[in-house]
Amino acid sequence: MAKSNKPIIWGTFAAGGELVSLIMPVLILLTLLAATGHVPAIFGYEKLHAFAAGWFGKLAIFVVLFLSLWSQAHRLRITCFDFGLRADGLVAFVMYILAALGSVATVVYLARI
Amino acid sequence: MGEKMSRRPYVREVPPTTWYFRMPRYMRYMVREVTSIFIGIYTVIMLVGLMRLSEGPAQWQSFLDALKSPGSVTFQVLALLFALYNSFTWFNVAPKALPLQFGEDMAPDSVVAIGHYVVWVLLSIFILFWAGVF
Repeated sequence: MAKSNKPIIWGTFAAGGELVSLIMPVLILLTLLAATGHVPAIFGYEKLHAFAAGWFGKLAIFVVLFLSLWSQAHRLRITCFDFGLRADGLVAFVMYILAALGSVATVVYLARI
Repeated sequence: MGEKMSRRPYVREVPPTTWYFRMPRYMRYMVREVTSIFIGIYTVIMLVGLMRLSEGPAQWQSFLDALKSPGSVTFQVLALLFALYNSFTWFNVAPKALPLQFGEDMAPDSVVAIGHYVVWVLLSIFILFWAGVF
């Protein structure tokens, strides 16, 4: 049987879809509260920095950003196709490069905290 | 199979950029597709927030201040609505995507879907509590 990279792409698509569906609304609600003057305690610099400095916080932030970046990159690729942009190879290349750059940036920023 | 067909096959014309206006369910599908644009942009905002956090207290504060601009608040309200639509449509198809089997029996579709809503509500409340909202 021919080898395929589909399981890897589909794995992040499914895991990302599940995680994004479960936590994205509440994450947006948190920043929306902060934006409207009801800053949640976790957004204090000391608190959030301490969370991101611990191994669990680093892992949680990495998993959320990594899965969200890859699953949304994959979905945006399909969205482009559905809106009539048929250069799928180019779109896929751009989307997955952006997701890869975002993943590397996440690791770099976490390492600096 | 494999040989070229001698007769011209019938190809149905589908307008590539406007096909989804034809039927309400195509439109609903497309609205769900659009949610990925908002969630994708929001993911980049979270990444910028992480960058600002790694740079220091003043930079983190300027990120929080930037969130307060009218454009940012408008975007976040829209992103929240689209994210909710994305979540609910995902939970509703979950029985098809993640069928649960117990021995010989399959769990009823409603159990899988309701289970997702329950987990979502509990997790959201937990995260709000953890974040110090209440």
